[in-house]
Amino acid sequence: MTGGRLELQGLRKSFGGVVATDDVTLTFEPGTLSAIIGPNGAGKTTLFHLVTGKLPPSAGRVLLDGEDITGLDRQAIVRKGIGRAFQVANLFPSFTVAESLAAAIMTHEGRTARLFSAFPPRDIARRAEEVMELCGLSPLARRPARHLSHGDQKLLDVAMALALDPKVLLLDEPTAGMGPEERWRMIERVYRLWQAKGLTLVFIEHDMDIVFRIAESVRVLRYGAVLAEGTPEEVRRNPAVIEAYLGAEHALEEAP
Amino acid sequence: MRGLADSLRGDLLFGALAFALLAAVDLGLGSPGLLDFTIRFATFALLALSLNLLIGVTGLVSFGHAAYFAMGAYAFGLLMQTGAWSIPAALVAALAASALFALVVGALCVRLTEIYFAFLTLAFQMLLHSVILAWIPLTGGDQGLMGGIPKPAFLGIDLARQDHLALFSAFCLIASAVILRQVVRSPFGAALRMLRDNPDRAAFLGLSVFRYRLGAFVIAGTFAGLAGVLMSLYVSGAFPSFAFWTTSGEAIFMIMLGGISVFLGPIVGAALFILLNDRITALTDHHGLYMGAILLVLVLGLRKGLLDFLVEAWRERKERRS
Repeated sequence: MTGGRLELQGLRKSFGGVVATDDVTLTFEPGTLSAIIGPNGAGKTTLFHLVTGKLPPSAGRVLLDGEDITGLDRQAIVRKGIGRAFQVANLFPSFTVAESLAAAIMTHEGRTARLFSAFPPRDIARRAEEVMELCGLSPLARRPARHLSHGDQKLLDVAMALALDPKVLLLDEPTAGMGPEERWRMIERVYRLWQAKGLTLVFIEHDMDIVFRIAESVRVLRYGAVLAEGTPEEVRRNPAVIEAYLGAEHALEEAP
Repeated sequence: MRGLADSLRGDLLFGALAFALLAAVDLGLGSPGLLDFTIRFATFALLALSLNLLIGVTGLVSFGHAAYFAMGAYAFGLLMQTGAWSIPAALVAALAASALFALVVGALCVRLTEIYFAFLTLAFQMLLHSVILAWIPLTGGDQGLMGGIPKPAFLGIDLARQDHLALFSAFCLIASAVILRQVVRSPFGAALRMLRDNPDRAAFLGLSVFRYRLGAFVIAGTFAGLAGVLMSLYVSGAFPSFAFWTTSGEAIFMIMLGGISVFLGPIVGAALFILLNDRITALTDHHGLYMGAILLVLVLGLRKGLLDFLVEAWRERKERRS
């Protein structure tokens, strides 16, 4: 996989008088693993909406590998190579895991306008199998999405985004609503995916143990603006972050 | 996973067997009542089956499906009455008329969903009904198309004979069922099921919600038109009641009886509906009351159509065993 440099320049979004995203300038280098943290209402999900074209920014630019993709519609941005998994799994309930992935790939490639062939086409079914293997979903291939556990539904959602071969993958709280054990299994899988595919991965997460364990860099948002960024170590030593968000539990002593 | 060739070959084989069985029973017994039942069954099964492409597969509940049924019947009847058309040519032209009508109405309706979609389709159907009633020089108004429909023989098939018409109707139903089943199993059909399950996510993946819904609407309308042609051959005419809302309602009733999620559900539902209707009409004048009561029992008791219920029970049993 080549490319995957995501740059946000002066990104701004206001709803009436409320500024949800306030002049955010961030760069995600190709192949990096970054976490976005911040208190509730800090504008983390809004930031994803702006990048993926769900919402148009009021000002600023989004660049993918130097190309301006600001204001393109959602599908165009997916085609450019930015994938996204949702906070609440967003699936096709009656489709099996294998069918869901095949449907995602087939639709992405514009191959749905065929009446006289079988679904899924063989080559696409094979690629769906590869994605299932990568995500550890193979044993569930024939189970309908609506009969999956909560965690497996979220995993399938990630797998559906991954099936489109993105350069940049945005995960909105991949572990939300999971028990501790399931949470670590999920994050381990995400970590392995990142290693295997070499993509630029950005995830929103509330569990600081997870963030500080796996992220290469951490960006902290507050009131829609960037409060701090750096390595996990740096962020944990940052007094502003400790005060605004982390509290004493995850703080490191300030560097001498 | 089975390839297209395998699944289609299976369907064709199943279709051929079903046709052979129907033909053997019809010709073997040869009773006029049975032939009559076969024609009505094939006609309404086809109407219900085509409607279920919208309801069960695409998730669009149309209340106005009989409009395309009536369109097929009137177009076919009017063309045959000119005396210049052969049956196959008029049949193809009637299907084209139904498809075109469905394309125009569908383009206006499929942007809406749920109750708004249902009511707009109903409105267009009632519009067609009013036009049929009012345009007396062409349609004969509430008298319907008068004077019968000539049925010149073609390829050795004489549809003026009840047994030929019964086999022809059965053939149309079975051939349409094989085609519709292929549509459901194709990539196009998968796209329709995605729209039923989660239109937002499908759009996010790059599917044009409008175009695929419209495609389903036109295909369903075309097969409803074929059912209309069969109906027009059966009654040797066409009547405004074909375009009345109760005809759409009966098709929905058949789907609910037989099952929405199993492909053959609407066909079973049509058979049940006609059998029940014939029985009950013979016994009482209040047949609406009894049909309504049966539907209530199904809806409240099984909470699904008969085939839905049976298939699900069978699956559960299989799962429990393994």
